[in-house]
Amino acid sequence: MSATALRCQELVELVTDYLEGALSPGDLRRFEEHIALCDACTEYLRQLRETIRLVGAITPDDLTPEAESELLGLFASWKAGSG
Amino acid sequence: MYPLEGATPEAAEAQAAAAVAAAEDRRLVQGLRDGDEAVYTELVRRWHPAMVRVARMYVRDRGVAEEVVQETWLAVLQGIDRFEARSSLKTWVFRILTNRAKTRGVREARTVPFSALAGAADGDEPAVPEDRFLGAEDPRAPGAWATPPRSWAALPEERLEARETLDCIRMAIADLPDAQRTVIALRDIDGWTAAEVRDALEITDANQRVLLHRARSKVRMACETELEAA
Repeated sequence: MSATALRCQELVELVTDYLEGALSPGDLRRFEEHIALCDACTEYLRQLRETIRLVGAITPDDLTPEAESELLGLFASWKAGSG
Repeated sequence: MYPLEGATPEAAEAQAAAAVAAAEDRRLVQGLRDGDEAVYTELVRRWHPAMVRVARMYVRDRGVAEEVVQETWLAVLQGIDRFEARSSLKTWVFRILTNRAKTRGVREARTVPFSALAGAADGDEPAVPEDRFLGAEDPRAPGAWATPPRSWAALPEERLEARETLDCIRMAIADLPDAQRTVIALRDIDGWTAAEVRDALEITDANQRVLLHRARSKVRMACETELEAA
């Protein structure tokens, strides 16, 4: 490993930038070199991806029937007024 | 913001996706102009959770946030004839929402300016607790994992997606500071792009990433605790 190699503790702080495609070319290279050799960080990255997938499985709160009927009422009166 | 013709397959794909999005926007805008209730209802249902989330960045009370959403729809309907498609319909609607919510927030004197919340200066929050790594003086490999994450690969899918896991994630998200919670919900629950979140919340790209990073790191940690407890 070169003197500029990433430590695991540094890598975990770069994971989001990596997934967002926001790493500089130099950091991207160091990130990929580290991941290629480090099982623990590979697992960490996998867990973060899994976390994102699981968060995506949460359904947002539904529109309540009251809110929906107010918003539809607003539309009806706008339509009547703008007719 | 539609990509120019590009040489790479990615650019071509992005361009095709943008064309589809633009056509979809034209359909929606026309629907609203025509007073098509089905189109209006579709949009209300699709965007409502995100609209309430964004409004609540500026007004604390959920009821007030719902009022802001109503005012926004009224403004959208009244202004749709003047919409010129210089941005996406979604960006335009959320810009109206943000402006209304800010005005309301100021009136209620709640305002913690978002940029202050979003600042990177709110202390060190490591993605993983320090004690999971070897110390700086460690002769082996400073900064390497001392307690590495245990593999989730062997966990059955049912375990990962169990109600307990999802409840734990929901709680972890609810416990996040406002700005982090809003960003992770918009990105990972509502499926917004980084640019859409940046525009709606009026923050920088870098801030968006810092907030997302902190939020996702904490949620991963909550999942880890939950999954290892089983």
